[in-house]
Amino acid sequence: MSDILNSLVQIVGEKGVSNHPEEIWFYSRDPGTLEPHEPDFVVAPRRVDEVRDIVKFAYEKSIPLVPMGNGMALTGLVRPLKGGIVMDMKRMNKILEVNERGRYVVLEGGVSQGQLKAYLEDNYPHLRHSIPDAPPGTTIAANVALHGQGRLTQQYGFNSDMVTGLEVVLPTGEVCKVGSCSIGPYWFSKGPSLPDISGLFLGWLGATGVFTKVGLRLFPRKSLRDVEVFVTDRADLVEDIIYRLTHTEMIEDLTIWFQPKPMIFKDNYHINVYFTGDTEEEIEFKRKMIWDSLKVHMDSKDGGFMGVGAMKATFLEEPQRSIAAFADVPKGGGFEYSGPISPIEHFAKYTAKVYELAAKYNLLFAGTARVISGGHAMMYGISFAFNRADKEMMNNVKEALEEANEFTLEHGSIPWKPTVSEQQMTMNMMDPNTLKIMKMIKKNLDPKGIMNPGNWEVS
Amino acid sequence: MEPMRTIEHGNLVHRCFRCGYCKFPSDYVDFNCPSYKAAAFDTYSSGGRMWLIRAWLNNEIKTGPRFADILYSCVACGNCTEQCVYPGFKDHLLDIFEEAKGELVGEGLIPPTVRDYFKAITVNGNPYKLPQNERGKWAEGINIEEYSDQDYLFYVGCVGSYDEVGMHMARNVGTVLKESGLSVGILGSGESCDGNEVKILGETGLFLKLAEDNIRQFNELGVKKIITLDPHAMNTFKKYYPEQGGRYQIYHYTEILDRLIRDKQIIPVENRITVTYHDPCYLGRHHHIYKSPRSVLKSIPGLELVEMRRNGVDAFCCGGGGGNFFTDINGSGEESPSRVRIREALDTGASIVAVACPQCAKMLTDAVKAEEMEGTLVVKDVAEILRESI
Repeated sequence: MSDILNSLVQIVGEKGVSNHPEEIWFYSRDPGTLEPHEPDFVVAPRRVDEVRDIVKFAYEKSIPLVPMGNGMALTGLVRPLKGGIVMDMKRMNKILEVNERGRYVVLEGGVSQGQLKAYLEDNYPHLRHSIPDAPPGTTIAANVALHGQGRLTQQYGFNSDMVTGLEVVLPTGEVCKVGSCSIGPYWFSKGPSLPDISGLFLGWLGATGVFTKVGLRLFPRKSLRDVEVFVTDRADLVEDIIYRLTHTEMIEDLTIWFQPKPMIFKDNYHINVYFTGDTEEEIEFKRKMIWDSLKVHMDSKDGGFMGVGAMKATFLEEPQRSIAAFADVPKGGGFEYSGPISPIEHFAKYTAKVYELAAKYNLLFAGTARVISGGHAMMYGISFAFNRADKEMMNNVKEALEEANEFTLEHGSIPWKPTVSEQQMTMNMMDPNTLKIMKMIKKNLDPKGIMNPGNWEVS
Repeated sequence: MEPMRTIEHGNLVHRCFRCGYCKFPSDYVDFNCPSYKAAAFDTYSSGGRMWLIRAWLNNEIKTGPRFADILYSCVACGNCTEQCVYPGFKDHLLDIFEEAKGELVGEGLIPPTVRDYFKAITVNGNPYKLPQNERGKWAEGINIEEYSDQDYLFYVGCVGSYDEVGMHMARNVGTVLKESGLSVGILGSGESCDGNEVKILGETGLFLKLAEDNIRQFNELGVKKIITLDPHAMNTFKKYYPEQGGRYQIYHYTEILDRLIRDKQIIPVENRITVTYHDPCYLGRHHHIYKSPRSVLKSIPGLELVEMRRNGVDAFCCGGGGGNFFTDINGSGEESPSRVRIREALDTGASIVAVACPQCAKMLTDAVKAEEMEGTLVVKDVAEILRESI
């Protein structure tokens, strides 16, 4: 063991390695409900060559290696299921290049969402990226590695669709570039018009390599941003409401939320419609189009736009702090959610299931959905809060989410940032030839199976 | 077998979600938790510390040097309490850290530098292990009287009394106060440690003894109003002395200077300099005094005040708080808080970093040397800049 420690110290220096019980305990778990798995070492590299040397060393010695961003997936994706090394990437936090006219940024694998947001506001105030509502410490690289979503997902798709290039350290230690950056200095395309090999890495949860650099699309930041909230008490209408709203092609972000507390929100479905503009005229025009698109439901008295008032600042905040605050509703510091990527037509069905599970397991819930790519799909979030000091409640959350996952999988949804057991459930349902390709990819890229083992592991 | 431990706010510890808002300033531009910035691991952030305290209270980890290092690396800057998203919990973050350190003190398992600090205070009455009769040396030659029945007591504290940079600052403040005509006196060699760092480092017993002695002395002298050089002393006088019976009107010297300027008792003259101001945590985040020092600087004709990227409630700590000024748990490496902060000051284009705390003054002066910025950037306290402009 001390030989491994010495080798790691030689690569990243004494300060960048730990096998102290304190780091071992902390890096064995995430804030969700899943049981801990202890690493043997935690390392914090600062440079690509350090990452490369760590990976090479781990490969030579067949030591499991888990790359980690902020560890906020809540589904246990950075727990070292087979021990080994956890590699905390957050020290690699340089923003390397912004191509203003090409609207993309190139950054290191540990840059956080918050840091990029602040950097753009300071230096390129007319550009923005698709920031998720996860806490600001979550990293860009981890977010695209798990097909995260953000504030611009309704318009432009998954955040991983916004990747314009990657630099990946392969499990065998080679540093590999993906996309236009592999043939020249520009990072404008992750694939087209080359064969798109980014799919060997995006969505693989770090099981096929470590992202040391990411190219990411940026988008225009309009000077004005507003939100309207449409409310209905009919879950069965939400699908149609989304269809009508997305038809306008004027919406920045479209989210749906329902929750039993506080009482004023109970039994209603709130559809937050975000829109932007450079002038008041543009904003008011879009507002009118949005209102007009739902006239039929207002005329039938099935819903209407509510006064947003003091809540507007909360809704417009990026990231939305109130989402993390949900963890404190039972005064217990925890929540976890299942977020299947689903056909929008399942909204009402899934909503009924949320109520059923909350009642069955006696849990406090929050239901959310985010529309993806103009209405092709949605991320349907089933969230349960828990008290970390209450083991029974935590176990109930775990069981309720497992049941939710099973239910949504049966209905053709695919799990987002799935737990290991959800991955297995998914692979059990997968077309055998699809599974065969996944197995070939994993085996060829990671012949010793060292990268984030246990995840997307085809048996 | 590990002992069963309890701390006063132990029932809140599990409420930390470790979301990490506490690591950042309000606009997320960089990590704003100095110990996390200096270290490589999440364990050194407020959330990490909180989760480890929970594990430790549950006997999932044992008391050890690393755990002590993690606890004592906290500079008590208060960024986490500003940024935490959980009302009712956030107000007690620093209490929980202090209580855990108190347990370590009780178990005798504290870092050697913390132990040495307590020992020096107990034996010598100051962390510098210097004689008590040298406490008033800073005031030699500036004609400021011993406190008898003046309107204000000017309380200097350990750093202002013994540290070279602190003494320079005390002389500047003392001189400006005296020359303004303010009725002010000092305790000189009769002054004792205020105990702020003793308390934050977890030695409650020693703190109470220091507080009792100071309160007795202040009361015997009839002290009603105190001006402090050091925001750390101001903090303890304001927050903790009243519950021990010591109730006084407490001011930081920048508040008094601001008032004297407004009352035309001090009239600054032109001084064409570019200055950036570093907010001390115990003045800013802990007591929300952001305007007074800036008003003093802005009152100087020709002075251009330029703000650092992180300022006010988002200011990045110099790393000296929480007793780290004396215990140096976070070290002096490239990512040490004072060096990070001084690089941020350089980015403003200012030639002077204004400070309002002797601990910040010392930390940043040393950082200027470590970064080899002498000749480019100089650290001066607000009173010194004012004195050069009268």
